Amino acid sequence: MSPWLIGFSVFFGYPLVMSAYLSFNHYDLLSPPRWVGLANYRYMFHTDPQFWTSVKNTVIWMVGIAVPLQVVFAFGVATAVARIKSGAGFFRTIYYLPALAPPVAATLGFVYILNPATGPVNTILGHLGISGPLWFQDPHWSKPSLIMLSLWGIGNTMVIFLAAVLDVPQHLYESAELDGAGPFQRLRWVTLPTISPVILFAVVLGVIQGLQYFTQAYVAAGVAAGQASQAADVTSVSLGYPLDSTLFYPVLLYEHGFSDFQMGYAAALAMLLLAVSFAVTLVIVLNSRRWVHQAVTR
Amino acid sequence: MTAATAAAALVRRRPPARVRRKRLLLVVANHAVLIAVAIGFLAPFVFITLTALMTNDQALSSNFWPHPFRLQNFVDVFSKAPLLRWTLNTMLYSCVATLGVVLSSVPVAYALARLRWRGRNLAFIVVLVALMLPPQVTVVPLYVMWAKFHPFGFNFIGTLWPVIIPNWFGDAFSIFLLRQFFLTIPEEYLDAARVDGCGELRILATVVTRLAKPAIAAVALFSFLYTFNDFFLPLLYVGTNPHNWVLSIGLSQFRSFHQVQWNLTMAATLLVMAPVIVLFFLAQRAFVEGVTLTGVKG
Repeated sequence: MSPWLIGFSVFFGYPLVMSAYLSFNHYDLLSPPRWVGLANYRYMFHTDPQFWTSVKNTVIWMVGIAVPLQVVFAFGVATAVARIKSGAGFFRTIYYLPALAPPVAATLGFVYILNPATGPVNTILGHLGISGPLWFQDPHWSKPSLIMLSLWGIGNTMVIFLAAVLDVPQHLYESAELDGAGPFQRLRWVTLPTISPVILFAVVLGVIQGLQYFTQAYVAAGVAAGQASQAADVTSVSLGYPLDSTLFYPVLLYEHGFSDFQMGYAAALAMLLLAVSFAVTLVIVLNSRRWVHQAVTR
Repeated sequence: MTAATAAAALVRRRPPARVRRKRLLLVVANHAVLIAVAIGFLAPFVFITLTALMTNDQALSSNFWPHPFRLQNFVDVFSKAPLLRWTLNTMLYSCVATLGVVLSSVPVAYALARLRWRGRNLAFIVVLVALMLPPQVTVVPLYVMWAKFHPFGFNFIGTLWPVIIPNWFGDAFSIFLLRQFFLTIPEEYLDAARVDGCGELRILATVVTRLAKPAIAAVALFSFLYTFNDFFLPLLYVGTNPHNWVLSIGLSQFRSFHQVQWNLTMAATLLVMAPVIVLFFLAQRAFVEGVTLTGVKG
């Protein structure tokens, strides 16, 4: 226990306190920290032109749109798999595989498949007479492309949902059927309430992951920007490419902290992330009583 | 009365044709959806593989089928980029970190699940909080800490050690998963060992680890995968030192490295995906058990 306590204080407790301290300082790693009070926070909310962009991108897209889509999609697939008699294991494996693909590899694959000129998707769309969008090259399509990538990787959530759906006691369905409930009513009034704790778990996890969404955005922007500069020979800043449309909050934090080494400002961004993820988890868990059904416990 | 019940039973056994047709339709629709989604999920893998087998000219054309197949790509990637070096670095990170996670998390989880001590509940809450918080919250001070720490003139920035060492002091997710599993071990086993004169450490080393093999396997597996896929932390510490790049970073830079072509990029992507997918098929049970363990009981 005690080695853990040491490690814990060094790698978790100390950084939390230090992060709070640094957020009130100007610090560039070279000269000692200089106390600036709330200046970092003022700059964040009032001046930083990219701050609100990154907040909007993260909150609206990666939390507001991506998480519900992921949960609904995973639930739909899980119930569909649960309903079939044979071959469920086969389908489960197929749906789980993409979740295994290392994020960098998966992102590279998607940037290639969705590359506007020669990518397979636009080629197929072209054969159907549709001229495909520019995907990762278009500020309007880059976030939908990333969401497609995230939907491809719902395997974990799907497996958890599937186990929960298969755990629903069969007699509940039978009595519902006797009461004249059709398949959709059974889904709504039996399956959903019984597995709601698992759905809550998936939502909390999804929101937390949405808030720390980094790797895919960073890699997609970098590769897409490299591709564009090769084609048109324009030097562009790759973070957030195109036009800050993939500038998510963690990307902004990375840019300030580890590309510009504005450690004080990055610490302030980290403190806000800490507060928000804490608050979000608390709100979801506290409100869960209203809609999570907990009759089936062991 | 009896006739009515008999009729009812008959109806239950053989539903009317209309209902049967509707059910059949549902089954067909269900399978159609499952197969369509499965094709969608497999398509990226198929396109990545096909492109990995093409010549560069073909990869830039709109043909899907490689002609001729160019297996040479998988040899070329090793000469075009230090793939072997990246693999060795990744193995160093993944293996040493995984070993550390298992060795340090098992005792902590046991203490949280099975021993009575003051502050146990508080410690568990702290683990949950650590589990919820995005890594970005603590990276800034940690980076500063490693940057300012030069024992015997050794510079940690640019090496993988700042990413590996914290794993030897417990990992919140693993502690949580193991604790949930340890709670399910019947107390009688432990009491029997205690009666036989076993100390807690020996119980842990013999009885608990043997009973908890599936959970420990799952933790080791997840930890290996997490570190194998990890991009954010290695990027911070070794991003500027290509000598210590891991696969995820190398792959993300692959295209800009030597202006390499899509066919080679996809071959490298496939090579990075392969170990994970092979591991999955070797240890499928541990995977699924692990995923459901975290979800259902969490």
